[in-house]
Amino acid sequence: MSEEKRVGIVLVSHSAAVAASVAELARGLAGAGAFVPVAPAGGTEDGGLGTSAELISAAAASVDRGAGVAVLTDLGSAVLTVKALLAEGDELPADTRLVDAPFVEGAVAAVVTASTGADLTAVAAAASEAYTYRKE
Amino acid sequence: MLDADFFRRWMTATAASVEREAERLTELDSPIGDADHGSNLHRGFTAVAAVLEKEAPDTPGAVLVLAGRQLISTVGGASGPLYGTLLRRTGKALGDAAEVSEAQLTDALRAGVDAVMTLGGAAPGDKTMVDALVPAVDALAESFAAARAAAEEGASATTPLQARKGRASYLGERSIGHQDPGATSAALLIAALATTADTEAADV
Repeated sequence: MSEEKRVGIVLVSHSAAVAASVAELARGLAGAGAFVPVAPAGGTEDGGLGTSAELISAAAASVDRGAGVAVLTDLGSAVLTVKALLAEGDELPADTRLVDAPFVEGAVAAVVTASTGADLTAVAAAASEAYTYRKE
Repeated sequence: MLDADFFRRWMTATAASVEREAERLTELDSPIGDADHGSNLHRGFTAVAAVLEKEAPDTPGAVLVLAGRQLISTVGGASGPLYGTLLRRTGKALGDAAEVSEAQLTDALRAGVDAVMTLGGAAPGDKTMVDALVPAVDALAESFAAARAAAEEGASATTPLQARKGRASYLGERSIGHQDPGATSAALLIAALATTADTEAADV
């Protein structure tokens, strides 16, 4: 499948460093040569801790290839801001979905799945499934 | 009847009140939150006052929708999408009428509060802004003054509660004994509404 039809992935964290690092981790684990449009949207616009609606909108627009955009978030206000933007109707690409998934594990699952050319539903399902992996 | 100017003055009065009380809101947010509620809301409502001055929407609904939009994009914490949703949903419920009655405002505000409860998943008693907003909307059917009193009482009544939503919920029992900053700022919003109505009455 061509690069143009890949599902885009946005990683929203309260911290710019966390969002950027998780994006790097997910891209690295997706394997060599696999291309997935991934954009971090971490922290506030002035570099502080928090959530920025503007950064989220810009990140979603930057990864949109017409195959949908999966948004993964960390804590409280990140979740609420994405939900509020989705409710606005015109702030995010048409086929954007907030994915219910653990942030780090979900991001890796989403990027690896998207790299195979899977559609948005499959990407979201793979990310959500990361919740079922127990560590003890 | 309440026109767009009334709603603009309500938002401006809220911005002034949040500016006055920003320090107190942040103090309340220190023991149980991340100590940014005052500065976050101050930034948000300053932006609201600025955009309303620049764009001057001409219906009550448009004033609140624009204000809500501004809060979502500028606050940076959970109070942004929550207050943004409250105002925007209230504004949408008011539709495009040039003037609205107090009863219409009450119904619209109830729709806004319901939207906040859906977005945040909070119910009364969870130690959130909902604890001030729900009694305020119930009392608004009686009068603006009753709504203000109910909101303030609701905010005070959060002190002995244990937080069940947001960052404060991680503190468990340690959240008890502190008035909720979100309920406190919600009471400021309702107090500003009552003040605006008082001014209106005095002008007539």
